[in-house]
Amino acid sequence: MDLDALMRCVGTTSCIVTQLTSGMIIGMLLFLIASGVTLIFGVLNVINFAHGSLYMIGAYAAWTFYQLTGSYFVSALGAAVAVGVLGVLFERFLMSKVYGSNVLMQLLVCYAVVLISDDLIKIIWGPVSLSMGMPVEFRLPPLRFFGGVVPPFYIFMIVAAMAIGLLLWLVIARTRFGNIVRAAAVNGPMVSALGIRVNLYYAAVFGIGSALAGAAGALAAPVRSLTPGMGFSILIESFIVTVIGGMGSIVGAFVASIIIGLTRSFGSIGFPLFVDGVMFLIMALVLIFKPSGLFGRPHNK
Amino acid sequence: MSSIDSRRTGRRQLLKGAGALATAGIIGTPAIVKGQSGAIKIGVPTILSGRVAVLGQTSVGGLKVVFDKVNEAGGINGRKIELVVRDSKGAPQEAAKVTRDLINNDGCQIIIDAEASSGAFAVQEVIREIGVLCIHSNSETSSLTADPKLHVPTAFRTARQGIHDAIGGGDYAAKVAKAKGLKKWATCSPDYAYGRSNTAEFMEYAKHFDGNIQVVEESWPKLFQPDYTEVVTKVLNAKADAMYSALWGGDLVAFIDQANLYGLFDKQASFMVNLGDYGVVDQVKQFPQGVYSGGRYNRTVPPTKENEEWYQNYVKTQKHKPTNWSWENDVAAQMVVEALKKTNGDTNGKKLAEVIKGMTIKTQFGVGGSVTMRAEDNTLVNYIIGYGLSLSKEPFIADFQTSPWEPIYELEKQWKKKQGYA
Repeated sequence: MDLDALMRCVGTTSCIVTQLTSGMIIGMLLFLIASGVTLIFGVLNVINFAHGSLYMIGAYAAWTFYQLTGSYFVSALGAAVAVGVLGVLFERFLMSKVYGSNVLMQLLVCYAVVLISDDLIKIIWGPVSLSMGMPVEFRLPPLRFFGGVVPPFYIFMIVAAMAIGLLLWLVIARTRFGNIVRAAAVNGPMVSALGIRVNLYYAAVFGIGSALAGAAGALAAPVRSLTPGMGFSILIESFIVTVIGGMGSIVGAFVASIIIGLTRSFGSIGFPLFVDGVMFLIMALVLIFKPSGLFGRPHNK
Repeated sequence: MSSIDSRRTGRRQLLKGAGALATAGIIGTPAIVKGQSGAIKIGVPTILSGRVAVLGQTSVGGLKVVFDKVNEAGGINGRKIELVVRDSKGAPQEAAKVTRDLINNDGCQIIIDAEASSGAFAVQEVIREIGVLCIHSNSETSSLTADPKLHVPTAFRTARQGIHDAIGGGDYAAKVAKAKGLKKWATCSPDYAYGRSNTAEFMEYAKHFDGNIQVVEESWPKLFQPDYTEVVTKVLNAKADAMYSALWGGDLVAFIDQANLYGLFDKQASFMVNLGDYGVVDQVKQFPQGVYSGGRYNRTVPPTKENEEWYQNYVKTQKHKPTNWSWENDVAAQMVVEALKKTNGDTNGKKLAEVIKGMTIKTQFGVGGSVTMRAEDNTLVNYIIGYGLSLSKEPFIADFQTSPWEPIYELEKQWKKKQGYA
């Protein structure tokens, strides 16, 4: 524990700015992944344990598109769309077969997909790590605010993640598509009885959730080395975010992501050896005092 | 009656057989005995997947260069050498399991442990139980061979050792620090045995040679950590004059990529012992300027014809560039071959260990063209150590300064006494 260092940090604007933005960067990437997990759970009532693999495939897809096109924006968009399509196929051919099954059966299917996708990555891209490098558009000196340092790419990352999150919320809360999806989440058979092909909406939701993971992978690709299995560690953190925010709540995922991001950011200064411990502690406290999560509803299905 | 007797006998035989099978499974003897004829099987637990897969890939490359040549020339007394390589995925418990499997199930008579330090200590304990010859070809953590409590008579190390690099590197860093006035230092190294001990030793000797140096910030990211943002900003906030890092492989590449965004390398001098390796310099897209790196493997160090030929042959046969781990494994393979020649192909762990203890072999990776397996602590000495300025293009390192071994021996003795190792 080095609480003196933490106090010194919060006493200087440069440190506060740097650590706040650092927390937002960590949080926003987590948010993109966790929002996919929570969306799929909220509507389909399944926990997609293979979500980390979709993030990994998004990163590799972005790397490949970048090699082919040289444009980062095209690569990021391409990766999100490609993973979205893959998600739809995953849902139609695998996950839809285990809806309503025991959670262990769902876990087994997802775990199989994780193992298969890890091995396919090794076969296609090789076992050695890959690095995309910073796209030319963002090879700029860091910006300074009140003495704090903020890289331009991270500003883009935060803005992009927030924009995607806002768009997602608008689609779910303000459109006809969103109304049907929310209705299907509450009572799928009733929506089906109204002549709406609920299965198509389920597939679409899974596709959107997957595309979010793909977008997160594409945003991470310039700054993280790409390796088979890279989705596992971030999946654990995204589950922590989902549990804290409340299963099925996008707003909850947003708030919880920022909480975890700031914990990691300021924790690295004040309690560097206990950051993970604090993250799990927050989760435990939420589970004890509000088991449904900060923004989750006790019985949303 | 007779039928009953015979049935009883059969049951006894079955029980005896089962007992024998169980015993054999536990001690693994049949595999070792069986291995005395036919191919000599050498097991290699290493990391072949994930962010540091380059470690396994280039370690195996270093071994193949030597063993393929021996096999082409007819093997050892007509017996071919067969490598059995297994992926531990960088997990210590998996490294131990894989090593047991290699010996007990695959019938390997010798282990070349090409694990990182995270797995090497687990492998060492397996070797302590089973007693085959083991050469740790990648683990640099000093205590593995320096600490008498960890000593295993049939285990050796051909990897460079952290304390040697620390003394040589500390001397070099202190000279730069004095010249440039670098007093406040931050460190950023992986949080496991190698990262902790390597960093502590480097800073100890940097301070030994320059009393003005003080460490103002320490960061310990996890091994294979995907995101270094909070670590980078922590180092940045320390406003240090210089930083030392023992990050390596893909972890180092990711750290540099992320630190570049914050302009970290523009704000302070940086010393990265593991930067100057082909597997790393090739991966870094925006190579930081003015970073000092330890000597790993470089085709121009030493600038000899033999080294260039070795490099060309390696690239031609293995289809990728060699790394520090390649030469360490090349030396391991050469020592195993020499030892097998002396024992006439006998793979008994004790016999091989007796021969390897104190062995000197000729190699371009040694100062003056040779390296020695020091008998006193089963570790390699006299290999090339040094530091230089990293470059983004060939030859990737400039002004390389080789550290002399005499002061290293002297300070190492004192260090061992201080640690209670001698």
